Amino acid sequence: MKGFIFKEFMHIFRDLRTMVILFGMPIAQVLLFGFAITNEINNADIAILDQAKDVASTEITNKLLSSGYFRLHEVIDDPNQIEASFEKGTIKEVVVFEPHFAEKLQNGEKTTIQLITDASDPNTANLINNYTAGIIRDYAMKSNPNAGRTLVNVETTMLYNPELKGVFMFVPGTITVLLMLVSAMMTSISIAREKELGTMEVLLVSPLKPSQIIIGKVLPYVVLSFINALLILVLAYTVFAMPIQGSLLLLLLQTILFIVMALSLGIFISTVSNTQQTAMLLSMFVLMLPTILLSGFIFPIENMPLPLQIFSNIMPSKWFIIIVKNIMLKGLGMGYVWKETLILIGMTALFILLSVKKFNIRLNK
Amino acid sequence: MKQQPAVVANDLTKSYKSQLALKKVSFQIENGELFGFIGPDGAGKTTLFHLLTTLLIPDTGSASVRGFDTVADYAAIRKIVGYMPGRFSLYQDLTVEENLNFFAGIFNTTIAENYHLIEDIYKQIEPFKTRRAGKLSGGMKQKLALSCALIHKPEVLFLDEPTTGVDAVSRMEFWEMLRKLKQQGITIVVSTPYMDEAALCDRVALMQNGEIMLTNTPQRIVDGFKGELLAVSSDNMFDLLHQLENIPDTAAAYRFGDRIHYVSERNIDPEIIQKALASSGQKNVVIEPITPVIEDCFIMLMKSKSKNDPN
Repeated sequence: MKGFIFKEFMHIFRDLRTMVILFGMPIAQVLLFGFAITNEINNADIAILDQAKDVASTEITNKLLSSGYFRLHEVIDDPNQIEASFEKGTIKEVVVFEPHFAEKLQNGEKTTIQLITDASDPNTANLINNYTAGIIRDYAMKSNPNAGRTLVNVETTMLYNPELKGVFMFVPGTITVLLMLVSAMMTSISIAREKELGTMEVLLVSPLKPSQIIIGKVLPYVVLSFINALLILVLAYTVFAMPIQGSLLLLLLQTILFIVMALSLGIFISTVSNTQQTAMLLSMFVLMLPTILLSGFIFPIENMPLPLQIFSNIMPSKWFIIIVKNIMLKGLGMGYVWKETLILIGMTALFILLSVKKFNIRLNK
Repeated sequence: MKQQPAVVANDLTKSYKSQLALKKVSFQIENGELFGFIGPDGAGKTTLFHLLTTLLIPDTGSASVRGFDTVADYAAIRKIVGYMPGRFSLYQDLTVEENLNFFAGIFNTTIAENYHLIEDIYKQIEPFKTRRAGKLSGGMKQKLALSCALIHKPEVLFLDEPTTGVDAVSRMEFWEMLRKLKQQGITIVVSTPYMDEAALCDRVALMQNGEIMLTNTPQRIVDGFKGELLAVSSDNMFDLLHQLENIPDTAAAYRFGDRIHYVSERNIDPEIIQKALASSGQKNVVIEPITPVIEDCFIMLMKSKSKNDPN
């Protein structure tokens, strides 16, 4: 048993291609997804609709423009122009001051600044919005230290993608896709390779039980996949300041559950494929593509046609993405993800059962 | 307890889809025997080995190894046999030593425990023990594979075409090793397409088209050769075969090395052949009576077989 696991590690460490897929991919993917969704804004073009034209509104405008984050593209006079201004595609945000802004502020009345953002690029929209709101609040605090925070109400309108789907989705999604890839594809290929090279014949004509062969195959990948998941989390946390709101322990336990699920799926695939190529193609089409397309990683499930929405329920990755999002972004505990967890456990049990049943103690001929 | 025979097979039949691979094969191999299955590619040797090593289930018939049934008691058999498949089936990316360690490990033993068994063989590859198995030469790969199949001290050793693709010197060395192993009391079942290796076995079964044509000791098989075998050569070898076949009462004429072997249905006088060939324009005809070898017996068996059932 120990020898088996050692051998499996050797296969992995001595194959450059495997190593690249195992450890190069996660880093490349996280960085790619991370930087494609940029988290910095520089000289974003904005428009100002100043209906107050008083001291306070001018001061806020100046503060915004001197921050270095924003550049004044145009000044609008009429609320009806806002739409047209966005449609030209240059500006990312319109800042709207209501009439008598400074006056209300002076009198201690509530005032409103409306921020309208082009959210077709949700991440940027969110950032621009946060930066603007921050500067405005900062001004309000300084002008009236006691009540400033409550007086200025920053009202946000996200145009084109009001729910901001996709923000911070890349980390849960990438973890899911990579674990699926590493766990399921790598194990299925490694078992198929034994069949293809004929070493399976020798393994079968030995006292090893099927369960020992499977565990020996799987254990190294559990360890490596888990290291991978940690790597992605650390990268996300340090490089992209991705928050982990909920319990890290729960997140890691769920990750292990998902890894075991993916591995049992991989073994199942390997029991039905005799060559590495079949295993690879099966993994690609049965696992990778649906994982990327149907799990809600890239396309929100709510926007899919109904049949696909129903179909997405059998994608294990969908449930794992929900779990990861709930724990990482919303900080929810086990109480809120038990249903998804049960579904994953059920799927794992099913795949293990199927693989043990289908694992051939003889040759497939 | 009465010692069970090493291997028994009764009417083993196996087919793949519509292809019949083995037809009612029966035999018995005694303990301590070095038994060879001799036959060309496609004779069904590998299928037979898969059945005996529990890797396949027969369609009909049964087989047992040391009294254990290959279907019902497969787990027991897998503990006591060593199996070396026809193609090199070790881990090419592991070193010589790691491979051996691994196979010792899965049989719950260590290299040290049974080192005496493999010492002679392993010594020859030990200088390369840190080399990856994939980078070994053919002969060394075969020695490593044999070491791995032996490391758990099997009672019965199955070697499927161990000498295929190995140079002549290594082949002779390999058979030398097998003879030494036999002295340790291990039953060895080996298959080979090389007829000349048959003489090195205690007993052989000649196989063709999924059937065993004959089982006996190599000597008795040769003794049983019917008729007188003549080796014929001439200046014009190209036409010689055809001309020999046209001589009346010819039982068989076939190329064998650089000569043609000739058998007649009756005790023919070589002079008659000389004359017949001379009249066909052959020069420098040399005819020499020779002792048949296994391959001659094999060819004659094949010929009589195809005569008996023309299908």
